[in-house]
Amino acid sequence: MSDATAGNLSQAAAEARREDAAQTGPMLAADGRPLKRSLNRALRAQKLRALALIAPLLIFLLVTFVAPILDMLFRSVENQIVSETLPRTVIALDGWDATDLPDDATYAALAHDFKEAAERRIHTRLGSRLNYEATGLSSIFRRSGRGIDGVGEPYADQFAALDPAWEEPATWIALMADPDWISEQADWLEAAQDTPEPAFRLVPGIADVLPETTDAYRSFARTIQTTGRTPESPLTKEPWATVYLALYRDLSGATGADIGAYSGPGATRLQTAADAVAGFETIPLRDAFAEVADGWVQMPVWTTIQTFSDPYTAGYFLAAVDLQLTPQGIEQVEDNQRIYLTLFKRTMVLSLTIMGLCVILGYPIAYLLSNLPMRTSNMLLILVLLPFWTSLLVRTSAWKVLLQQQGVINDLLVWIGLVGDDARLTMINNQTGTVVAMTHILLPFMILPLYSVMKTIPPSYVRAAKSLGATNWTAFWRVYFPQSVPGIGAGCILVFILSIGYYITPEIVGGRTGIFISNRIAFHISDSLNWGLAAALGSILLALVLVLYWLYDKIVGIDNVKLG
Amino acid sequence: MDHRLPPYATTGQRVWFYAFRVICGLIFFFLMAPILVVIPLSFNAQNFFTFTPGMLAFDPDAYSLRHYRDFFTNPDWQQALSNSLKIAPVATLLSVSLGTLAAIGLSQSHVPFKGAIMAVMISPMIVPLIISAAGMYFFYSRVGLQGTYWGVVLAHAALGIPFVIITVTATMVGFDKSLTRAAASLGANPVTTFFRVQMPLILPGVISGGLFAFITSFDEVVVVIFVGSAGQQTLPWQMFTGLREQISPTILAVATILVVVSIALLTVVEVLRRRSERLRGMSPG
Amino acid sequence: MKLKTMLMMGAAASLAAPMATAQDMANTVTFVSWGGAYQASQINAYTIPYRDANPDVTIVWDESSPEAVARMRAMFEADNVTWDLVDVVAADAIRLCDEGLAMEIDHDAILAAGDDGTPATEDFGDLIVSDCFIPQIVYSTTNGYRTDVAAWEGRVPEDVCALFDTEAFPGTRTLERRPINNLEWALLCDGVAMEDIYDTLETEDGINRAFAMLDTIKDDTLWWTSAAEAIQFMADGEAVMGSSYNGRLFSAIVEQDQPIEMLWDAQVFDLDGWIIPEGLPEDRLSRVEDFLFFATDTQRLADQAAYISYGPARISSAPLVGTHAELGVEMAPHMPTNPANSERVIVFNYLWWADYRDDLDARFQAWLSR
Repeated sequence: MSDATAGNLSQAAAEARREDAAQTGPMLAADGRPLKRSLNRALRAQKLRALALIAPLLIFLLVTFVAPILDMLFRSVENQIVSETLPRTVIALDGWDATDLPDDATYAALAHDFKEAAERRIHTRLGSRLNYEATGLSSIFRRSGRGIDGVGEPYADQFAALDPAWEEPATWIALMADPDWISEQADWLEAAQDTPEPAFRLVPGIADVLPETTDAYRSFARTIQTTGRTPESPLTKEPWATVYLALYRDLSGATGADIGAYSGPGATRLQTAADAVAGFETIPLRDAFAEVADGWVQMPVWTTIQTFSDPYTAGYFLAAVDLQLTPQGIEQVEDNQRIYLTLFKRTMVLSLTIMGLCVILGYPIAYLLSNLPMRTSNMLLILVLLPFWTSLLVRTSAWKVLLQQQGVINDLLVWIGLVGDDARLTMINNQTGTVVAMTHILLPFMILPLYSVMKTIPPSYVRAAKSLGATNWTAFWRVYFPQSVPGIGAGCILVFILSIGYYITPEIVGGRTGIFISNRIAFHISDSLNWGLAAALGSILLALVLVLYWLYDKIVGIDNVKLG
Repeated sequence: MDHRLPPYATTGQRVWFYAFRVICGLIFFFLMAPILVVIPLSFNAQNFFTFTPGMLAFDPDAYSLRHYRDFFTNPDWQQALSNSLKIAPVATLLSVSLGTLAAIGLSQSHVPFKGAIMAVMISPMIVPLIISAAGMYFFYSRVGLQGTYWGVVLAHAALGIPFVIITVTATMVGFDKSLTRAAASLGANPVTTFFRVQMPLILPGVISGGLFAFITSFDEVVVVIFVGSAGQQTLPWQMFTGLREQISPTILAVATILVVVSIALLTVVEVLRRRSERLRGMSPG
Repeated sequence: MKLKTMLMMGAAASLAAPMATAQDMANTVTFVSWGGAYQASQINAYTIPYRDANPDVTIVWDESSPEAVARMRAMFEADNVTWDLVDVVAADAIRLCDEGLAMEIDHDAILAAGDDGTPATEDFGDLIVSDCFIPQIVYSTTNGYRTDVAAWEGRVPEDVCALFDTEAFPGTRTLERRPINNLEWALLCDGVAMEDIYDTLETEDGINRAFAMLDTIKDDTLWWTSAAEAIQFMADGEAVMGSSYNGRLFSAIVEQDQPIEMLWDAQVFDLDGWIIPEGLPEDRLSRVEDFLFFATDTQRLADQAAYISYGPARISSAPLVGTHAELGVEMAPHMPTNPANSERVIVFNYLWWADYRDDLDARFQAWLSR
C-alpha cells in the first residue's frame, strides 16, 4: 500500500527467510498459512489493485492515441495497392529479368488486370501511387484507362465476324456458367430481387479447357455484378473486349489450353473458332499497348511495377530522405526533386536557433528570478507564466500584427525615421517570422526548468568562491554555471522537442522559407494525398522525438516534469 | 549576484548590476509586449491593426467596443465559441476522471512496468501534434469517428491526460500514507477513506490538472482541424482560419478575451498550488 | 451534433426499412461547400428558396470543399460517407470521378431542361467536363493590383506579364502555391504563344523554361493556399499584385472598397459545380436529386450571380443575370465571361492537367522548397 508498509513487509519477509533457514519448517501467519505465501499474496493483490486503477486510462489511451499512431506507422510501409490492382501482372513479372520488355503473356495479364481496374475505377489511384516512384506513370495509367479496350477490340471484331453468336451473352453463359448458378439466378429473377444477384460461378472443368478465357470471363462477370449504382448481369451483357483477347490466346495455343477435351455446349463453335484463329489479323500485344500509351513499351513502367509489387515497401521511407528504389538499387532522386533532407535540416537548424535564443534570453531571467527574494520573484514569475498560459493563437496573431509590413513595429520604425515608408522591413512570412514568434512561444519552457534548477543552487558556493579570491566572473563561470547545466539541458531538450514538431506558427508566419517538416506532413495529408509519404515523414519525426524524450527521461526524469 | 548591491561595490559592479537589470527588463518586455499590444488594439475604432493617431492621442473616439460587439453578434464566432464550450468540458471530465484514477494507481508502491506505463501516459504531450493529428485522422476515419463530436472529444481527452497525470501524481508524492491507514483503523471503508481523506488532499492537484486539460482542449487547433469537420469548428480553429484568410480586428478582441480567461485560470492554479502545498505541510513557494 | 445524430438515425431507419420506395426522401442532408461569400450566395440563391418549398428539410453545411478529395478518400476507405452533395472545382470532380468516389450521372435525366426547352446537356454544353460533374458557375483565376503603389510612379499594369516585370512594378507578388496557372502565365510571358502552352509544357525544356521564368520572381512572391489569403495580402499591403479568384477580387474592390484594381488579361477560366458521392442510400440520393433539379435550373443559376460575380454555367441563364442583390451594381461587367474582360483568356485544359498534375505538383513543390 504505502512505501512504509512495503518496507516493513519486505523486512518481515527477509526475517522470515532468515528464520526459515535457521529453523526448518515454514513460518506461519496468523491464519495458519505460510507467511511467505501470504506476503506474496498481499503483494499480488496490491499489484492487481494498482493495475485495476490504471487499466481504464491505459485502455483508453491505447485505443484513442496509441492505436492511431501505430496505424499511421503501418501506412508508411503498406503497399498492397500494386498487387491488389494488378494481381496477374505482378505474378507474370515475378521471374522477369528486366533486360528487355516483358513477353506477350505479361502484356495479356496486364490487359486483363487493367480492364478490371479501369471498370472498378481504381487504376488512377495506382497511377498516382506509382508516380511517386517514377514520374510519368500517372499519365500513362490515366490514358490507358481510356484506351484499354483498343487492345482487345480487334479480336472481338474478328470473333464476331466469324460467328455473330460470339457477341451473344447467352453463348458465353452456356460455355462458362455453372448450371447450378444459372438456376439460382433464374430463381432470383423470379423473386423480389431485393438481394444482389447470386455471385457468378464457373462450370467445373472449363478452366482446364480455356484457362485464360475462364479467368478473364470470371473477372468480367464478378466485376459487372458488383460495381456501379446499377449492377449488371453477365446474362445480358457482352463480355469485355479483353475476354476475346484471352479466347484468341487460348485457341491459338499460347496458354496450354486443351480444346479437344471439351464436349460441352458450343463445342463445335469453339472448334471452328480454334481452326480459324490462325488466320486472324493480329499485331503483337506490345504494339497494341504502344498505341494505348507509348510508356508501355519503355522499361521504366515495368521496372517500377516489378520493384514495387511487394505488399510492403521501404519506398516511402526512402522518399522521405530523398532516395528512391530503382532496379539498380537505392539512388538519390533527381536534383530538382530533392526536398526532404533540406526540410529536415531546416527544421533542425531553425529549432536549434530557437533553442539557442531561448537559452540566451531565458538564462538571465531564470537567474534573476532565483536570486530575488521570494515575494518579488513570485511577482515576476507571473510575467513568465502569463504568456505560457495564453493561447498559442493569441500569441501568433499578436506577432502577425506586430511584424507585418503595415504592422506596429514597422510603423514605429517609420515614425522614428529609422526606415523609409517605402523600405519597410519584411519580418514575416519568412524565417525571421518563424524564429521570432516561436522563440517567444517557447521561452517559458526554457525559463521554468532553468528556474527550478537554479533555485536549488546554494548561494554559499559562490560566496565561498569569492571569499577565496575568485572574481565575480570566475565565481559565476566556474562555480555557479556548472551547477545550472542540468537546467539548461532540460530546458533545451524540452524546447527542441516542442519546436521540431511545430505546425501552426510556421504555417501562419513562416511563408515559403520558414515552414517546418510538420507543414509538409499536413500538405501530404490534405493536399497531395500522398498518405504513405506523410506517414513515413511522420514516423521519422516521431523517432527523432522519442530519442530526445528518452534523453530527457535519462537527464531529468519524466516524473520531474513540472507545470508552472 | 545578489539581489541588492552591496555598499562596497566597485563602479564596474554597479554598471553591470544595472545593465543586467535593464537586459532582464527588455526580455520581460519581449515576453509581455505582444500580449499587451493586442489588448489596446482590440479597442480600435478603425478596421486597422495598428495604432491610429487618435489612439496615440488617447482620443476617446478612437476607441470603441465594435470588435467585441462583432464577436458577440457574429454567428460564426458564436458557433465556434459554443462548439469550444461543448467540447472542452466533456474532454476535461474524461481526462480528469480517468487520469485521477490512474494517478492513484501509479502512486501505489508496487506497480509492475511503471516506467513503460508512465511513458505511454505522458506520450500525448511529447508526440508532435501533427503526428497525433495524422494518426487520428486515418484511424478515426476507419472507425467512423472522424468528423464527429465524439471523435474530437476523445482526441482532446487523450491530449489532456498527461497534464492530469503530472499534476495529480505531484500532489500524491507528498501524501502521508499514514492518514489513510489511520482512517482505515478507525473503521472507514476504502471508498469512504478515498472521498473523506485522500480526495480533499489531492483535490487541488486534480483541479489544476483539470484546468490544464481544459486549456489544452480549449486552445487546441491542430488535432481538431484534422479530426473535426465544420460542425466542430472551435474558437482556435476559427482564429486560425481568420488569421490566414480574413484577418479582422475581431480576432484581437477574441484574443483579449482569451488573455483574460488565461489570467483567471492562472490565478486559480496558483492559489490551488499554494493551498495544496500548505495542506501537505510543505512551505509555500 | 444534434443534426448529425438525426442524420445517422435517418440513415439507420432507411436501412431497417428496405420496403422504402424511391419517393421517400431523407429530410436531413449534408452539403459541402467553400464557406464565405460563395457559400452565402448558394444559400441565398438555392437553399433558402428550396427550403421555402420543402420546410421539413434541414441542410447541414460543411465547409470542407478545399480538402474534399482527401476527405472523400478517407470516408470511402472507412466506408462511412456522411456527405450528400459536394461542391468542387472541375479538376477535383474529374479526379473523384476517375477514382470512383463520385457518382456518374445522366445529366438529361436528373437536371431540368433550360427555360427555352434545351436539354441540360446542350444547355451546359462543353462545361460538362466529366460524367460526374454538374457545372454551376464559370469563374476565373485572374490578377489584381494595388492602385496606390508609389514606387510604380504612375505606371499601371496592363497585361499579365507585369507579374514578371519587377523593374517597372517592384513589390511583393502573391501567387497560388501550386503549378496550375502559374506555369501557363510564366510561359506566356516568356514568349510562348497561347495555343502552344500545353504542348510546350509536355517537354522537359518547356517545363524548365516555365520554372526559369518563375525563378525571376520566386523571392518576391508570397505563395497562398486559399484565395482569401491572396486578397488579405493585397489589402494589408503585404503584396502589391497577385492572383485570386475574380469573385474574391470583386468583393474586395466593389464590396469592401479596397484600393485594388482588376487585371483581366490572360485570366484562366475554370468551373465549379456539384458532384454526388458514389453509393448514397436511396432516400438521401432522391433528396439530393430533387434538390439538384431545382437548384441548377436556368433561373436559380442566374440568381446566384446576384450575390457573387461568377458566371452561371447554363447558356440559358446568361440573359437573366441582373444586379447585385445589395449594392445594386450591374453584374454583367464584372463577369469573367463579359467580352470586355475576356479579350485574352487561357482555357484551362482539364484533361491535360489531370494527366500531368502529379508530375508537375511534385516538381513545383520541390522547386518551391528550395
